[in-house]
Amino acid sequence: MTPRWKFLFVSGFIFALLAAAIYFPILRRRVKRAAKMQQQSEEQARRELAQPITINPGDPRVKARVFWASDTIDSTLVPVTVELPLSRDPVLRSKQVLNTLLAGPVDAELRTLPPDALLLAFYLLPDGTAIADFSEALATSVPSGIVSEQLAVNSITRTLEANVPQVQRLKILIHGQEVETLAGHLDLTGTFVVSTKPASPAPASAALTPDKTPGKLAQPERKP
Amino acid sequence: MRFLSLIGLLSATVLSAVFVSPSQTPSQAQQPATGTSPSPATPVATSPQGAAAGSVASPFGAQAQPNGLNIVVLDPAHGGTDPGARGTGGIRESEIVLDFAIQVRRALELQGFQVVQTRQGNEDPSFDDRSATANAQRGAVFVTLHISSTGMQGTARVYVNSDLPPVADSNGLIPWDRAQMPFLGLSKTFGDLVQGFLAQRFKGSPDAAQTASVRQLRTTAAPAIAVEISSVTVENRADLDRMAPGVADAIARGAAAFKPSYVVPTVTGGLR
Repeated sequence: MTPRWKFLFVSGFIFALLAAAIYFPILRRRVKRAAKMQQQSEEQARRELAQPITINPGDPRVKARVFWASDTIDSTLVPVTVELPLSRDPVLRSKQVLNTLLAGPVDAELRTLPPDALLLAFYLLPDGTAIADFSEALATSVPSGIVSEQLAVNSITRTLEANVPQVQRLKILIHGQEVETLAGHLDLTGTFVVSTKPASPAPASAALTPDKTPGKLAQPERKP
Repeated sequence: MRFLSLIGLLSATVLSAVFVSPSQTPSQAQQPATGTSPSPATPVATSPQGAAAGSVASPFGAQAQPNGLNIVVLDPAHGGTDPGARGTGGIRESEIVLDFAIQVRRALELQGFQVVQTRQGNEDPSFDDRSATANAQRGAVFVTLHISSTGMQGTARVYVNSDLPPVADSNGLIPWDRAQMPFLGLSKTFGDLVQGFLAQRFKGSPDAAQTASVRQLRTTAAPAIAVEISSVTVENRADLDRMAPGVADAIARGAAAFKPSYVVPTVTGGLR
């Protein structure tokens, strides 16, 4: 190799090294940004799927009773009074109280449901059977065990019982599907009793339709 | 020629004997387990349908069982790819319940019970297969063992299945998926007895059995309870291991105390 070629080879190598030293941090930042954007879009998609309930300022503010874990007696529930604007429509009202339950109490230790769980949909059938569809996190993040799974389900049923008298029974779905158990123990194939009292008549405007959003399960209209 | 035909006849006889003997195996498998440690490789009934068919004549028959309660079906929950509850220290529910089962089994055998386990090693039979093992027995109770993720450390709780909605069936048959229904009262009696003994041993445990929609219990056609111990979050596994003799003793004494109360419910029809 002549000295000229040697010079060219070394300068080319140094140039490539400099270019790599400049470009690699830029590339790294781009990859990080792309990963962050993807994460945000997934979170966005989940939030869109969950369709968060917008609080209507026109709704009357009522004292809702939400059931979280007791800090004094182990594995039991206590009602906490929370002042919320709640809709008169039983479906919207159920979504509002369940989202409050999912948001959790001030003391995070007293949560009964996993912080990443979402309510995806809620339907109410004319016979008082409610269907609550939760995201997979409810099943994957709830602590496995009879006592913890029962506490989770009881917090849902007792919160509905205290705030939505139209709901008589509850069927829990996970991501739109019926599953055998919540986290290996509690049976989700049947319905849970919410209230044994006869259902109070729903407001005429609500008419017990599942949701006003298009594409949701709609009940066939019954003509007398 | 005659000699050849004689050989042919002889070989035909030998061949038929070879083919007939394996056909007897399934009927032998339907016999109730008599040994104290049946191998999981030869379960008495391996499918819900098989067990249902086998139990039509036994647990729902109008006549009482001649020998009463003499078998305890012990179910160490989870196993295989399903570890159950997991503690931060690497404790797995599926492993601990298997160790507990050894001690519970010993205590039950000392009380004179035959013990059938739904799994002996790190397998994960389905809920239905575990129930099928119990449903194929005559004069049996079912105990499923669990370790929780939560709850006050050092306590133990007994659960019986919540009320199951009545079945509208004109022919009086009990659907397989609600096999526990006729046994709910007996399960409560059995559960209260075991919980009483547990409460004496483990302070802070409830005095009476609680109800919960436990999937494993729903398909079991026998007095059935779930025993759950708190919890996998102990710092040292030895804290849980120390509970095993007390839990074993409470279950064995509970089963012995329940023996006089054991009467097979009279249900027309059977499982379908």
